[in-house]
Amino acid sequence: MLRLTGVGRRFSAVQALHDVSLDISAGDFVALLGPSGCGKSTLLRLIAGLDQPDSGHLTWELGHVPRPGDIGFVFQDATLLPWASAADNVFLPLRLRGATHDQAMPEVHTALRRVGLNGFETARPRQLSGGMRMRVSIARALVTRPRLLLMDEPFAALDEFTRHKLQEDLLSLWQELRCTVVFVTHSIYEAAFLARRIVLMSPRPGRIDHEIVSPLQPGPEARLAPTYAALVAQVTREMQRSLAA
Amino acid sequence: MKYAPSLFGLLTLLVWEAAVRISGVPSYLVPGPVAIIAAFLADPAGLLFSLASTLLVTFAALLVAAALGVMLAIGIASSQLLAAAIQPWAVVLQVTPIVAIAPLIIVWIGNPFASLVVCATIVAFFPVFANTAAGLASAPPELADLFRLYGAGRIGTLWLLRLPAAVPFFLAGLRISGGLALVGAVVAEFVAGSGGFASGLAYRILEAGYRLQVPRMFAALVLLSLTGIAINFGLGALARTVMRHRGDG
Repeated sequence: MLRLTGVGRRFSAVQALHDVSLDISAGDFVALLGPSGCGKSTLLRLIAGLDQPDSGHLTWELGHVPRPGDIGFVFQDATLLPWASAADNVFLPLRLRGATHDQAMPEVHTALRRVGLNGFETARPRQLSGGMRMRVSIARALVTRPRLLLMDEPFAALDEFTRHKLQEDLLSLWQELRCTVVFVTHSIYEAAFLARRIVLMSPRPGRIDHEIVSPLQPGPEARLAPTYAALVAQVTREMQRSLAA
Repeated sequence: MKYAPSLFGLLTLLVWEAAVRISGVPSYLVPGPVAIIAAFLADPAGLLFSLASTLLVTFAALLVAAALGVMLAIGIASSQLLAAAIQPWAVVLQVTPIVAIAPLIIVWIGNPFASLVVCATIVAFFPVFANTAAGLASAPPELADLFRLYGAGRIGTLWLLRLPAAVPFFLAGLRISGGLALVGAVVAEFVAGSGGFASGLAYRILEAGYRLQVPRMFAALVLLSLTGIAINFGLGALARTVMRHRGDG
């Protein structure tokens, strides 16, 4: 779907990304894992087209060049419009493409139902919990039926139990919708549980260090599987090696 | 707690009246509350008519200040060139003492009502302008990114993101500007007062002063401050209603 070749990005004195090459195929679930400052978020913004690389290039496969709505983006904060209801927040991407309220409402309700928020259409963000706000944010990203879902540490600010539930729901949504996910995280456990491919990044300058393909059978029961513990250990080892180097 | 301000006010009035009576100060120096009320009741129509005239100037000025403030705030939010060009001049407008330029404005414009409105607008303009400008810039950058991602243009982003984000800021600015519009109207009336076309409360204060009708002067002053309090409360209530209706206040 997308190929990054020798991508670099510099912010004044800081080399945020250096010579990053990565292939993302349709249907992938890729986790970009690394400590703060390794350029994971910068990489995500480059893929989204919100920023341009200084060197190297992104090549979209024929027929995959994204138009507005083909890419969904979920930030660490839910970043909802505080004055708009949950339904109107999810309606926003469709509205910006010119859809009317009546046309869009079936899609909006489907998206809210997918994230388990039916019945909360009229709730304002301040009336919802952090986990529910994040669900609205995910519904907003899904409402355009994106081919590529980019997520920037979306669950980092949530408590452990809410995070586990959202991770499991995200996995089943990914399996159901068959979209491609690129997921930025600094949690080894999260990357190991969610991703099919774990891309380890290291800082100063931000670069790709190593890639691990997950042997896990995705699903909620994976959290207790011995293979999961082994995968976490393997990723931890690689991370330590990379940071020591 | 709730009644503390009223009780304190009542107590002050009682002590004031008692002090005036016991000391025997003549009412043309310091009138007591009873004398002030009596002065108001002697000619309520005259004072209230003047109040209406001042209020007309105040609200016209507030309306113009709000419209101009919002338009210029949108201007500087959408163009850095415009921001660089306008902002210093807005500050000049804010720091210029209106008393100093009011005579000029009155001479230039000629029409009494329009000159008063222009003076009051100059005083009221800055808070609503500066607050709205800050509000337009207050939307989180991630939301602006999201709008870009979905291909929103400047108009779409302004209409669906920046303007709604600016509403609470605008309302807070409007509340400050409301009080200032009244002050501006009265100051302009003071300057214009001797010009012969006066009908506002400031003119009543001047007139009563010339005639040594000090209780009437105080009555006009009290009316003025009650009006200021009412404007402040009214605009505060408007802000709360709007925010409650939106659900994010």
